[in-house]
Amino acid sequence: MSSEENELTASGRYVRAGWRQRIDYRTITMLAVLLLLWLGFTAFTSEYFSDLSGSFITARNLSNLTRAMAIVGIMGCGMVLVIVTGGIDLSVGTVAGFIGCAAAAMQVWWEWSTPPIIVVCLAIGAVIGALQGTIIAYVGIAAFIVTLGGQLVFRGGILFITKGMTIAPMRESFKYFGNAYLSATWGWILAVAAVLGLLAKELRQRAARRRYNTLDEPSGFMLARWAAYAAIIVVAIVVLNRYRGLPIPVLIMLVLMLVFTLIAEKTTFGRKIYAIGGNIAAARYSGIAVKRNLAVVYALNGLLAAVAGLILTARLNAGPTSAANMNMELDAIAAAVIGGTSMSGGVGKVAGAILGAMIMASIDNGMSMMNLMPAWQFLVKGMILVAAVWFDMRTQGRKRA
Amino acid sequence: MIVENDGYVLEMSGIIKEFPGVKALDNMSIKVRPGTVHVLVGENGAGKSTLMKVLSGAYSIDAGRIVFNGRELHDQNTADALNAGISMIHQELSPIRDMTIAENVFLGREPMKMRGFFIDFDALYRNTRDLFGHLGIKYDPGAKMRTLSVAGMQLVEIAKAISRDASLIIMDEPTSALTENEVEVLFRQIAELKTRGVAIIYITHKMDEIFTIADEITVIRDGEWIASGPAADFDQERLVSLMVGRTITDIFPKQTVPVGREVLRVENLGGKGFEGVSFSVRAGEIVGLAGLVGAGRTEIARAVFGLDAPSSGKVFIDGEEVAIRRVRDSIRRGVAMISEDRKEEGLVLQRSVRENVSLVYLGQFVSGPLIDGAAERRRVEELIETLRVKVASMDAEVSTLSGGNQQKVVIAKWILGDVKVLILDEPTRGIDIGAKSEIHRLMGNLAARGMALIMISSELPEILGMSDRIVVMHEGKKKGELVRRDATPEAIMHMAVS
Repeated sequence: MSSEENELTASGRYVRAGWRQRIDYRTITMLAVLLLLWLGFTAFTSEYFSDLSGSFITARNLSNLTRAMAIVGIMGCGMVLVIVTGGIDLSVGTVAGFIGCAAAAMQVWWEWSTPPIIVVCLAIGAVIGALQGTIIAYVGIAAFIVTLGGQLVFRGGILFITKGMTIAPMRESFKYFGNAYLSATWGWILAVAAVLGLLAKELRQRAARRRYNTLDEPSGFMLARWAAYAAIIVVAIVVLNRYRGLPIPVLIMLVLMLVFTLIAEKTTFGRKIYAIGGNIAAARYSGIAVKRNLAVVYALNGLLAAVAGLILTARLNAGPTSAANMNMELDAIAAAVIGGTSMSGGVGKVAGAILGAMIMASIDNGMSMMNLMPAWQFLVKGMILVAAVWFDMRTQGRKRA
Repeated sequence: MIVENDGYVLEMSGIIKEFPGVKALDNMSIKVRPGTVHVLVGENGAGKSTLMKVLSGAYSIDAGRIVFNGRELHDQNTADALNAGISMIHQELSPIRDMTIAENVFLGREPMKMRGFFIDFDALYRNTRDLFGHLGIKYDPGAKMRTLSVAGMQLVEIAKAISRDASLIIMDEPTSALTENEVEVLFRQIAELKTRGVAIIYITHKMDEIFTIADEITVIRDGEWIASGPAADFDQERLVSLMVGRTITDIFPKQTVPVGREVLRVENLGGKGFEGVSFSVRAGEIVGLAGLVGAGRTEIARAVFGLDAPSSGKVFIDGEEVAIRRVRDSIRRGVAMISEDRKEEGLVLQRSVRENVSLVYLGQFVSGPLIDGAAERRRVEELIETLRVKVASMDAEVSTLSGGNQQKVVIAKWILGDVKVLILDEPTRGIDIGAKSEIHRLMGNLAARGMALIMISSELPEILGMSDRIVVMHEGKKKGELVRRDATPEAIMHMAVS
């Protein structure tokens, strides 16, 4: 397409070149960065590709990597929404730990079965989030302060429940959510369903746009996009199936990513969130209930903290007493920011946080495989975080905090 | 360079200042004598503020000459202007409220000790005390700035200007936030300054003030010098005709639209900044709200739209009394408002045109739990085409659009729904001529479709050209109402200034 088509005609006629505006160069850049990281780690762990067994790129290692990123990825989904509103949530790490310990106590001490624990814990998470959100939105105390307070409160909460003891063991039905794998068959069924679902979505969208006369995208571009996603899905399932299959926590993360992407981009609630974060005065002039929507965002984030806490307990097979010192909320914030979410609000994508979480997990995993001191992981992750924001400022000419 | 000064402290001549697409100052001149108050008058947007910003060094000029105290100033910046002896007291004061009064007076030029490493606070407070004693100001220099009233802060600003040895002080509508007593205090200080030989350029809209305080008057209109002379040469009649005396060359595409039933009626409405205001708007009608900046026009609109709660009075929509407490209430009743500040209050700049247009009435595209993206795209595209928004795509960020096109996006947002009353606050401010007349044509079309429009505008030609009826406001009160055929610039200006 020539550049003239993007220019305006003298009469000011609306020129259709919209599909170009929708190319997501940032995601493409992030995928490229991820690919480079993987290539580098593989090179350094395989004596420059001479012996791939036991290197970074083995199915077993990649499977572990995805499992390791699931918890931060899940928290990142909610954190994107929070940061998009211009807020922050520093409490999710210890809230997750608190709920994880509560779940362990329910099962080990009170001998509850798994399903009611899940329901009650999810509810507790949502209520904690809603409470903090209400204080932020209606009382007007800064989110940073409220959730920093929340972080300390639930750090205390963990000690209240556990009194420093380890609460273990969990039942098989509970551990399932942290340790199990989907069988190869089910993995394939899901992968094929996802690939076909994506195609159906693309075709339906094209048909609708053609009907409404707003179709502006060449079919080749659409097919290329679909093929790229399909390839990623198929390769991922092949690799994961070569080890033990799709890990259940990763499945949960992917489902939540899908759900939260739909919430963010396809519901009126999501649109309102972006408007509130982008320009709160314009949101008010548009009749948006700013406070109520803000409170709901923090409630959703609390709900996700509960999911993360349950998975953490299932994986550790015990109440995660150490959660207070894991700084998971900071990892979730970093994942969102590396994934393109702007700290000044109004901009960010849920899927970006998943990519961000994957980049960070890859650094952790790859560097420990290279037998480097953990110090290096922090150093590199910190630099990547700042570099990502710098990159955004350079490419978008927009100020980010 | 030393220039002959002819007894003037300041001579500005042939000043030209252009902004992209607009000539803000065109051959503007002003001459100010020491020890006098020189009042600068002109309509909203005549170029007074631009002229003063040029003088205080905030803007550079494209042509012209500024001679101050016998020295020609070249491209001075604010610090140079201050050093040259020019001080400006802004309409909106910006003191650092949590510092002490003395710290504010000497901000940026604190007396130092220990080879300039530490602030000499003893000297700071002693100097301020001396200064205040000299000027008869009774505030404690150690008190926090925030303990002062607006008038108090203004006095401190004046003291600051004097302590800088300013020989010219610019005051931009200094009384707009003052009570009557405070105004008297200010005027006494001004008289005191005159005896010291300090020249004052005083910008105001208020007629009574002009004739109380002025020694000389300069009238500015459309960025051009119109008249200058001793205050005795002018009376209110003459000033008003000089301020507005222009042939209206802008062509307004005003359509004749059959006027329908009454849609909105406001009775005795009062609130922050206005009281006892009554007016009504009928379907197909454009009612102009005229008045000077600060007359309470925006405040009325905000109250009707539900942004600020009115303290008294009633609002009727379609003859039925309504309680509007929140914006959501007014939107549900079909009242919409386009604010005067597009970027701050109208648009989410970092989001796309599409998302901005569909923000308010997004609900109509929802099927099941999700938005029907294709239906949304169709409607938004229709609107972009009808309003002729110049944009490469509805997915472009709104921040990339020009001012006129951004304003069209804001209008599109409300057309998407069923709006009965549309309030437009300065709908064409900062928009170039071409887009301006398009917005005007659009307003005419909306009226033709039976919408009732209220337009707040500080541009008299726009008010005269677009309105069926004109409500004139002065200091929070309705001064009168004019129908289109009786409306003249002079008639409106007379009501607006007194």
